[in-house]
Amino acid sequence: MPYNLTVNGKSYAVDVDGDIPLLWVLRDTIGLTGTKFGCGIAMCGACTVHVDGMPVRSCILPVSEAAEKPVTTIEAIGDTPEGRKIQQAWLDIDVVQCGYCQSGQIMSATALLAANPKPSDGDIDAVMAGNICRCGTYPRIRAAIKLAAQG
Amino acid sequence: MAKRILALTLGSALAVVGLVAAFEPIRGHAETSGGGALKGAADFASIADTKERSKAIFAEASRVLTHPRCINCHPATRSPTQGEDMHPHVPLMIAADSSMGPAGLACSTCHGPENRGIVGSRLKSIPGNAHWQLAPESMAWQGLTVSQICQQVKDTERNGNRSHADLIKHMGEDHLVGWAWHPGEGRSAPPGSQAELAALIAAWVDTGAECPD
Repeated sequence: MPYNLTVNGKSYAVDVDGDIPLLWVLRDTIGLTGTKFGCGIAMCGACTVHVDGMPVRSCILPVSEAAEKPVTTIEAIGDTPEGRKIQQAWLDIDVVQCGYCQSGQIMSATALLAANPKPSDGDIDAVMAGNICRCGTYPRIRAAIKLAAQG
Repeated sequence: MAKRILALTLGSALAVVGLVAAFEPIRGHAETSGGGALKGAADFASIADTKERSKAIFAEASRVLTHPRCINCHPATRSPTQGEDMHPHVPLMIAADSSMGPAGLACSTCHGPENRGIVGSRLKSIPGNAHWQLAPESMAWQGLTVSQICQQVKDTERNGNRSHADLIKHMGEDHLVGWAWHPGEGRSAPPGSQAELAALIAAWVDTGAECPD
């Protein structure tokens, strides 16, 4: 099936099955490999992208549901005001250890900041609970979100 | 030589057995394997006392209300449970003020307008419905007895100000309630059907909407 995807402001005409997850199309068809495959069942958050400005788990989102809607991935999240602040805070705090989960973490953190510009510790924990980090960078993630919220 | 052939044959046979064991389908609850039949109002006609009949009808309807597909989203706390064993939702999720998750992590981050199938995982599907959300705090059912659930359902202070007629409509027509009987692969459905539940609730109302003791 042909679908028109708008990813990071660019149009892509893809010919894939409608029930293939958006993640696979992003990575394998379009070639944007910044978004990671983690668990494949929406439990770890590594594959988080924004569709229509809302965070979604792209590993379980059928591409047919993302067609004709603006998709933003880690490659372009720095173009949004919140994304830029989050990425800068990530560098300032040096959040990343192995890095595998971090594109998902940044996409979720950016969605949090866009919806809630001054999140409390509880707000951060509630939203970021959906993103797993095996290196355990959680304290630095929380600190970086707080730093981004100040700036 | 014969020994060697025998050993080879035995080896191959064992390998085949191993392969078959490895590829044996993982058992799950198919969508169609519902919780069996739900009794109808007529099944309670033999109870002469109207009050007692009403109580018995609600007790039957409560087999649906207390089924994991329903009660997982009527939790005692503001966090949903999931699965047949009603374990805490993974990842940890909270209702927040909207009952649809905290700002920045809505239910719809994972739960779409329909169930989504998953290939190659023990988890067969992610459940979904356009109205996916937690029941309001006043409608917490987990930890309550059937009698207490019944009292809650009738109490307009705690049931979203629903009249008895509204209750029949809600149980019988609400899209999210109806999802319970179409929960997606890997999940069991409650007994009966949504129409049968509505008929039972109607019969319960007709008999005075009495609550079990």
